[in-house]
Amino acid sequence: MSNKLPSAAFIGLTLCLLTAISQGAALFRQPISKDQKVEHALNRLAFGPRPGDVQHVQALGLKKWIDLQLHPERIPENPSLAAKLRPLDTIGMTTAQMIQSYPSPALVKEMIAGKLPFPDDPDKRMMVDRLAARLQGKAGEDGVPQPASPELASLLAPGQLRILRTGAPQQKLDLFNSFPQDRQNQLLEAMGQGMRMQLYAAAPPSLRRRIQSANLPQAMVVQDLTEAKLLRAVYGNRQLEEVLADFWYNHFNVFIEKGADHYLVTAYDRDAIRPYVLGKFEDILRATAQSPAMLFYLDNWESVGAQSPAGKRRHLGLNENYGRELLELHTLGVDGGYTQKDVTEVARCFTGWTIRQPQREAVFEFNPRMHDDGEKTVLGVRIAAGGGVDDGYKVLHLLAHHPSTARFISRKLAMRFVADDPPSSLVDRMAATFLKKGGDLRAVMKTMFDSPEFWSRGAYRAKMKSPLEMVASSLRALNADVDFTFALANQLNQLGEPLYRKAEPTGYSNSGQEWLNSAGLLARMNFSVALANNKVPGVKVDSSQSSQGVTLGSPDFQKK
Amino acid sequence: MNTRRFFLRNSALAMVGAGSVPLWLERALYAADAPSPRKKILVAIFQRGAADGLNIVVPHAEKRYYEMRPSIAVPRPSQSADRREDAAIDLDGFFGLHPALAPLKPIWDDGHLAIVHAAGSPDPTRSHFDAQDFMESATPGLKATADGWMNRALPREAVTVSPVRAVAMGPVLPRAMRGPNPAVAVQNLSDFQVRNAAASGAFQALYADSPDAQLHAAGRETFEAVSLLQSIQKHPYEPAAGANYPKGRFGDCLRQIAQLIKSDVGVEMAFADVGGWDHHVNEVGARASQGQLATRLADFGQSLAAFWLDLGDRRQDIALVTMSEFGRTARENGDRGTDHGHANCMFVMGGAVRGSKVYGKWPGLEQEQLYEARDLALTTDFRDVLGELVQTQLGNRDLTKVFPGYTPKPRGILT
Repeated sequence: MSNKLPSAAFIGLTLCLLTAISQGAALFRQPISKDQKVEHALNRLAFGPRPGDVQHVQALGLKKWIDLQLHPERIPENPSLAAKLRPLDTIGMTTAQMIQSYPSPALVKEMIAGKLPFPDDPDKRMMVDRLAARLQGKAGEDGVPQPASPELASLLAPGQLRILRTGAPQQKLDLFNSFPQDRQNQLLEAMGQGMRMQLYAAAPPSLRRRIQSANLPQAMVVQDLTEAKLLRAVYGNRQLEEVLADFWYNHFNVFIEKGADHYLVTAYDRDAIRPYVLGKFEDILRATAQSPAMLFYLDNWESVGAQSPAGKRRHLGLNENYGRELLELHTLGVDGGYTQKDVTEVARCFTGWTIRQPQREAVFEFNPRMHDDGEKTVLGVRIAAGGGVDDGYKVLHLLAHHPSTARFISRKLAMRFVADDPPSSLVDRMAATFLKKGGDLRAVMKTMFDSPEFWSRGAYRAKMKSPLEMVASSLRALNADVDFTFALANQLNQLGEPLYRKAEPTGYSNSGQEWLNSAGLLARMNFSVALANNKVPGVKVDSSQSSQGVTLGSPDFQKK
Repeated sequence: MNTRRFFLRNSALAMVGAGSVPLWLERALYAADAPSPRKKILVAIFQRGAADGLNIVVPHAEKRYYEMRPSIAVPRPSQSADRREDAAIDLDGFFGLHPALAPLKPIWDDGHLAIVHAAGSPDPTRSHFDAQDFMESATPGLKATADGWMNRALPREAVTVSPVRAVAMGPVLPRAMRGPNPAVAVQNLSDFQVRNAAASGAFQALYADSPDAQLHAAGRETFEAVSLLQSIQKHPYEPAAGANYPKGRFGDCLRQIAQLIKSDVGVEMAFADVGGWDHHVNEVGARASQGQLATRLADFGQSLAAFWLDLGDRRQDIALVTMSEFGRTARENGDRGTDHGHANCMFVMGGAVRGSKVYGKWPGLEQEQLYEARDLALTTDFRDVLGELVQTQLGNRDLTKVFPGYTPKPRGILT
């Protein structure tokens, strides 16, 4: 091939691309119809329409509906959501309460050793006592307690055993309920996994919790969190708030399986993310910076100024993880105009931002003995020596109002709500609002929802749904009755989006493209067929819906 | 970039209707552009949880090893019949294999198994999560790297590419394989399909008719992979005589990888992981052949040995490498276990491996030789081992792209 003249194929390709680009830009100027607007709004500001939603929005007026979604406190919450959330007691607990009520084997050991208090609640105390007895009785080879469980046959008469094995669900439940509680606990320990799950499927929520927490109480923490998120997406009336909770959690992602974060994410999601999704950016930035979950996840809690008293005594040093991700992922963006020197300087500012008792109480504290008290320069701004905890606040303020941040956040929001590659005309206007209104996220959202680009053919059905969006919109479309969600959570694992378990600080992608792969598509098709045929445990759909499986797995339904 | 990928693939595959072609033709198609008729294959194994390299490949000639591990050390090699099964299996007079790895000794003796000791990631972290992340992205210290080393290592696409060129065994793609190149996670070969036959036909038609170019192409790729993987399962898979995979997830994974390789469906790289190596407590039982580590290693060694035997003449085409996020403390702790450490050992097995040799400089176990006064020090960056495999086995010479910010130094492990 000649190396001087571009080949005809190359020219052709370039022309094609240029045409595609200009067509793409033109698409963002072509408006969609009135009906399409309603559908579009329900796909983007909500997790897809439920039966009747389109009519509801039309009757209310689209503008009014959007305005309400931007003020979720004015929307009465769905009472059936509240009822379904009620049994999930961990979602309202402090970290200390959770540790006490749903301890891991390591924490039970600490309770036995007198280093941690036992729970006050009598039911939970009983559960912990049982775990403690097992732990003391026989530490298994891998340190996990091995139940020294009696044989099922020694606990039950043959007829009773037969009922538990082959009886109808209600018979099993009645038999189980006929025993006193300590015998019930023995039975739960003696049952195999399969038998336990059959009883589980028939049990009311309170018994379900006992069945599940019998062996692994700490697992309830993650399960409750996941269940609450799914239930809110499916049943919540404050849909935009929920979509944003997902967006901002991923923006400030924390991996729940990193050690102590197991018990820290519940409070993080509830107290550091959700209250601020339509508030000021600086507030959510500050809440995440001071959250034990983030401090632990990105190691800032053990970052120590080398010349600080703690650094000299224990040979500890600076950890730059949080400083780097703060600049690259939380605020300025990778091309936001900072240097490695800025990363180090920011990390120095945050030394001493740590956690008091990460495995117990887990609250933020500033420890001056760990802090590097020297002078720093961040993005050209001098931070005088001796600032203490204020160093960090100054950095957060500087970053929260930086033009690079305004642009980075605006583009990411537009990527989630408008298109994988959003038009820069729109991003520019959103960023201008961000700067003008001091990082007011509600105002930024409003600029986006008021834009012609949002309501254009370039945006309409242009994005691939994430697995969470696909699952939630399927459940909503079929008006499914969700009783419990561990099978749904497993489906999300299969689809590639295990909730709260994105290991990388990037969070799950807002680009729909990311989700397009063979294994994921197959999993979507299989989920759709299973759901429509009532084969997903814990979820019921009307039996007339079985033909809908193909619709939910179709190419059309993967788009939003 | 996905669009480009799908279009390239489609243009080439348009001449072959998915699922309608005899297997031999598909084989021929995938082999057509390969430098040799059969693809070279890289298999990567991740031991999650930080395996104890010092008890897996035992420095039995080190006095300090026995001083630091009074109750959990693997005894020196022994000729006596009653002690042999608890003693290290001598490799070169200095190192020995844990006795539970006896099934690997014949492969070592045949010259197809090499070991790299004191290898691993230079990052000081002792967090499983961070260290696994760094090893799979192959960018130690950088958390925001979006893709994994295996994905970056895939050689540039020729015109025809198998839909299963990169396969990971498991429910989701591991970090190492994530990225812009196509890679498939397969939990179980027999489950890789739309389980409802009627729905499967309907879906295939819907995706074929989709006006959305990307979904159309992705649907096509998916159903090609499905039909390809189903076509090799028309008969139950029979491993080669004598290849006894142990029951359990790891053996299942390796058996299915062998099945894929022997079916000539165009696999170029495969990944499997195996957990359960985080032995803080009761790592070693009353004897070296007992306890958690011995149990894990028995499964590990038998699975690898079965895989090797099963591959038969395909051994020439594969290179398998093992890794674990970091090693464990040189000293035992108070619970007959070990805590999180630093350097570890890696195994490399394959037809072109210069085996029967422990590679890497041994740093020693004297107090001043230990990393941070507690762990085996690191003398070989894991990217040196992976880099050589990527370059020699996969023929991908663009190592700066695969290992950004690092220049791997090949150790001559492969011929």
